[in-house]
Amino acid sequence: MSFVKLTASTLAIAAVSATAAAARDQVQVAGSSTVLPYASIVAEAFGENFDFPTPVVESGGSSAGLKRFCEGVGENTIDVANASRKIKDKEIAACAENGVTDIIEVRIGYDGIVFASDSGANSFEFTPADWFLALSDKVLVDGELVDNPNTTWADVNADFPAVDIQAFVPGTKHGTREVFEDKVILAGCEETGAFEAFKEASGGDKKAAEKACIALRTDGKSVDIDGDYTETLARIESNKDGIGVFGLAFYENNTDKLQVATMSGVVPSTESIATGEYPVSRPLFFYVKKAHIGVIPGLKEYAEFFVADEVAGPDGPLAEYGLVADPELADTQEAVSSEAVMGGNS
Amino acid sequence: MTDLSQSPAGAAPQPRKHGGSLLEKTPRTKKRNASEARFKAYGIAAITAGLIMLLILVTTIVGKGTGAFQQTFVTLKVELLEEKLDKKGNRDIEDIKKVTTFGYAPIIKAAMEAAVAEYGIETSLKPKELAGILSKDVAAQLRDYVIANPDQIGQTVEFRFLASGRVDGYMKGRVSRDSIENDKNISPAQLDLVDALAAAGVLEKTFNLDFITGADASDARPEAAGIGVSMLGSLFMMLVVLALALPIGVAASIYLEEFAPQNWLTDLIEVNISNLAAVPSIVFGILGLAVFINYMHLPTSAPLVGGLVLTLMTLPTIIISTRASLKSVPPSIRDAALGVGASKMQAVFHHVLPLAAPGILTGTIIGLAQALGETAPLLLIGMVGFIASNAPETLADGLLAPNSAMPAQIYEWAKRADPAFYERAWGGIIILLIFLVTMNTLAVILRRRFERRW
Repeated sequence: MSFVKLTASTLAIAAVSATAAAARDQVQVAGSSTVLPYASIVAEAFGENFDFPTPVVESGGSSAGLKRFCEGVGENTIDVANASRKIKDKEIAACAENGVTDIIEVRIGYDGIVFASDSGANSFEFTPADWFLALSDKVLVDGELVDNPNTTWADVNADFPAVDIQAFVPGTKHGTREVFEDKVILAGCEETGAFEAFKEASGGDKKAAEKACIALRTDGKSVDIDGDYTETLARIESNKDGIGVFGLAFYENNTDKLQVATMSGVVPSTESIATGEYPVSRPLFFYVKKAHIGVIPGLKEYAEFFVADEVAGPDGPLAEYGLVADPELADTQEAVSSEAVMGGNS
Repeated sequence: MTDLSQSPAGAAPQPRKHGGSLLEKTPRTKKRNASEARFKAYGIAAITAGLIMLLILVTTIVGKGTGAFQQTFVTLKVELLEEKLDKKGNRDIEDIKKVTTFGYAPIIKAAMEAAVAEYGIETSLKPKELAGILSKDVAAQLRDYVIANPDQIGQTVEFRFLASGRVDGYMKGRVSRDSIENDKNISPAQLDLVDALAAAGVLEKTFNLDFITGADASDARPEAAGIGVSMLGSLFMMLVVLALALPIGVAASIYLEEFAPQNWLTDLIEVNISNLAAVPSIVFGILGLAVFINYMHLPTSAPLVGGLVLTLMTLPTIIISTRASLKSVPPSIRDAALGVGASKMQAVFHHVLPLAAPGILTGTIIGLAQALGETAPLLLIGMVGFIASNAPETLADGLLAPNSAMPAQIYEWAKRADPAFYERAWGGIIILLIFLVTMNTLAVILRRRFERRW
């Protein structure tokens, strides 16, 4: 078979040299599936209003996108990585190792994370503590850390109906998972006092206690969804007792199938997230390779267009789709046009 | 002996070694007949189950997908105001291009207000909400028109605009007044307006050619999305597969079947070809990413790379079917050719290959059909995502410019939040199925028409 492959490669080279492979002339974007709808709206409008071709936007999750972003500099690497969380130091180091040093960080706005159940099922009013008690691996019972004994929502909170706990949470490759762990599970951990107990058990190590807090139970009550929100929706439709974690924009497009739960008494909406009342929200980012600006036509224009007032502002198409506009958008615009890189060394 | 004692009194006491007669069945025969009847019943049950599944599948696909072939349009007269579109009034195309699609919003609002006034519709909606029943694609459509016809600025032109996805869903029955209770994208008052416009004959649901010819659209305007450009992507990939896999596959099989000596090396190759046919397609995707993109620096998202990856996937299928059809040509044909003095190559190319051609073609078409429906390897080479390029104009463009493929486009739509995309995913499945059924029918016809039995 090896000679067949060899022939295939030879013919491929011939085919390419025959067509004289032209330099890439469209922007390549990959990353978070939460940012994907926004990026595709911008890419479409960008293609319409500029003479540059429409950028190509792929999804795959924040981590996967940043990994591809950090593969190196050159035409066969992506120009922009979308992320629903901040880039990690580990990733910056990986980037630097491959020669990707000047990275421009652009915050496009905020996105809410909502908890929703089937529109025909029970409605809930959650607090972070409820989620910790329902999903954590170990909880505090009478001052002792024990394996989570709760099987129904009524066990967690007497106000809830006695239906089985069945939660569909985003998998670890999603940036959403991290926000869910930080703002819900960890907050609940501290609220219930389990954090102190974990800290004591690990000899005062704060990091270890945090790690113990966010360890979710593995007995099937909590299911990791590695796919997109459509998969979570499908799971809830087939299991009416299930509760899923969604992005606000996804929920707003499916209000006929889902009912949203309040968190700490606040109904999630673009307004309550903008004012900071609704606790579970996170900033969305995209990262630009500075080395590609001027090489890939339209890259800087795309970045500038993305954060322009008429696009990412409160009346723009992104806000209409569900993005919470960033009040500090003007600073971001300034940073993009001056190509300010992370670390502030230029 | 029990059956003997049960036999009717008066019958001749005969020992029955093999039991029963044609008229009278022994329990053993009955048992064997019963098991045969049971087996037949199982078979029929299996076929029925299969048919029911197929029926459910086809009705689901047709039921959910036909909606995608229809779309709601609004016919509006639009005044192309000079003070908005060409402030300087000099019809300079560069100045006109500076007006972005956002600058067209006031013109669209004015056109909706004019329509409401013209048909005497009473509504309390604000101009922005009036324009909300139209697709976001309208501004782009207007801008393209103005740039193509700058002389029309200042005139009133009649346009056929897409209605928004929610309005379209309402006209198709997917969206109802109950289901939009919590929906921020559309209000009952807007649905009243839709009803009034429909009654006036301005808003109607018609056949949607754009779905078959158009490009993908973003999440904000599902109503504008089409499968046409990704269909071209699939076409270019199939061209690459055909151009590479057929000659390579046929050459490899002719050599292996007719010329190669039988030794451990050819045995090893044979075994490996059979194994390759069973390798999961995603593996070819990883290979394609490593070899074609990272090592050979071919462009990502290009149908050329997709075609190369699918070629690797299709080759074993073509080689196996070609070898089978070469084998089925009787040795007497070769012997006769060699006997009258033909060289081995002449015998193969003049006699064996023409006779094996129908089988080779059938195998190739089935291999292509398999490649056409493949998504997994395309995930890794960047052909799945938001790729809304224009239709390619040249062959090189078609091979190298980023594009998607039909199954990848369907997968992409099925993932998106707006339910209107879900309908389009099913519509895309219908189109893909039509292609697959056509190709398989062609393969069957070729086989029936040209295959010779010996």
